[in-house]
Amino acid sequence: MKNFAYARAENVGMALQAVAQNRNAKFLGGGTNLVDLMREGVEQPDRLVDVTALPLAQVEELPGGGVSIGALVKNSHLAANQLIRERYPVLSEAILNGASGQIRNMATTGGNLMQRTRCYYFYDTESRCNKRDPGAGCDALEGFNRIHAILGASESCIATHPSDMCVALAALDATVHVTGTNGKRAIPVIDFHRLPEETPQMDTNLQPDELITSVELPVLPFASNSMYRKVRDRASYAFALVSVAAALEVEDGAIKNVRLALGGVAHKPWRAVAAEQVLTGAAASEETFKAAAAKELKAARGYKHNSFKIELAQRTIVSVLKTLASEGGAR
Amino acid sequence: MSKTNSDVTSAAGEVMPVILRINGIRHELQLEPRVSLLDALREYVGLTGTKKGCDQGACGACTVLVDNERINSCFALAVQYQDREIMTIEGVSNDEQLHALQAAFIESDGFQCGYCTPGQICSAIGMLAEFKQGMPSAVTENVSGAELEFSDEEIKERMSGNLCRCGAYVGIVEAIRETFEKEAQ
Repeated sequence: MKNFAYARAENVGMALQAVAQNRNAKFLGGGTNLVDLMREGVEQPDRLVDVTALPLAQVEELPGGGVSIGALVKNSHLAANQLIRERYPVLSEAILNGASGQIRNMATTGGNLMQRTRCYYFYDTESRCNKRDPGAGCDALEGFNRIHAILGASESCIATHPSDMCVALAALDATVHVTGTNGKRAIPVIDFHRLPEETPQMDTNLQPDELITSVELPVLPFASNSMYRKVRDRASYAFALVSVAAALEVEDGAIKNVRLALGGVAHKPWRAVAAEQVLTGAAASEETFKAAAAKELKAARGYKHNSFKIELAQRTIVSVLKTLASEGGAR
Repeated sequence: MSKTNSDVTSAAGEVMPVILRINGIRHELQLEPRVSLLDALREYVGLTGTKKGCDQGACGACTVLVDNERINSCFALAVQYQDREIMTIEGVSNDEQLHALQAAFIESDGFQCGYCTPGQICSAIGMLAEFKQGMPSAVTENVSGAELEFSDEEIKERMSGNLCRCGAYVGIVEAIRETFEKEAQ
């Protein structure tokens, strides 16, 4: 690993100042992705600003009934939190389906949002990758692309965002709170990550001098009937081929409220807006679920090894909605 | 800017003082910030019980306990773990008395070559604590519910961050299940 300078920040101001001083500085959280990428030579920061001593590790109920999750709350602690398990089970389930027990004890909420893709060509510094080396080309396009994107990809990049947690956050309409040298702002999580277009080197809309301080979950009573399903090549410790996060409320046989997001299919957690439009107000039937999934996946495009994902996503969406419809408010 | 900050700032490539508390003993080290906790334990403190397998968080051979929680020490930069209670396989037994899980691994043949065993045992100690605190897992039927059942399916999922290339999984699951059941009695 290339050497770097290290500083531990004791407050947010100090962290921002330490990063602003050096264009090639990075914030360090649990390190489960950044340290790995540095060891591989993919990331080569000159300075790491350790933010793990900042007082941002609380899960708090907000006065209006929402929940605020500090950026340094460990993934394991968030998944085990009683408020989250009761009100937003989709979020607990998503986190528990990612990584391993050890990694979840290290990884932070902010770091989960900031993790990079696991596309093999991004990790392999001998391969061409526009995300790692802008303008170099993309070896995934004609390479082994089983895990790659079917929605929102570009000729520059077909990598997927690997997070499970972020798919649940997208379904729940979470908000990311950040602080920068120019002040604070709130970014809807569905606008936090970017599609690759011509600039795949930019994963998010966060500025280099901005630090995530918390993630806010809105009041969403029907999210008590929510779930996460992850389809992958191994039963544990594998990234999603396709995953679905959903929340559903059915009243008198009709869909009153629905939230749907997909993972493993795009450069960002994919909020299924088109499917939600078909579902809202329609009969809670398998026919509706199939039509909604088909509408969302109409624009999907497969590559040599991943066209199966389109049908897999279709079936997983239908299966999850059927489960939520049959369980009703029981979950 | 407080005094402490100047103690935990280094220039690129410079060694810096790093104080680690390992198995109850304080160690004053001089480390580059890029040294992982795993390398600090093995190469600087001489505690070679913790093993390096993949060095990328996939195999679990490097698992240690920090403030009673299991982590992969390969991903951990040593400098981040000052002022924490680190426990390695060398610290899990009580004097000459094996930890219950160590005894159970021997009894159940929970290993062949033994390379993954320190990580398996540290991981199992952390995992049992998580279970007793009521932490759900990916195979828990209902995360909103209160009741957890300590099934083999739960053990396998919760231990999936530890690989055993000899394939001693049947013995590992048995050792963990029997330790849990004995403690519950």
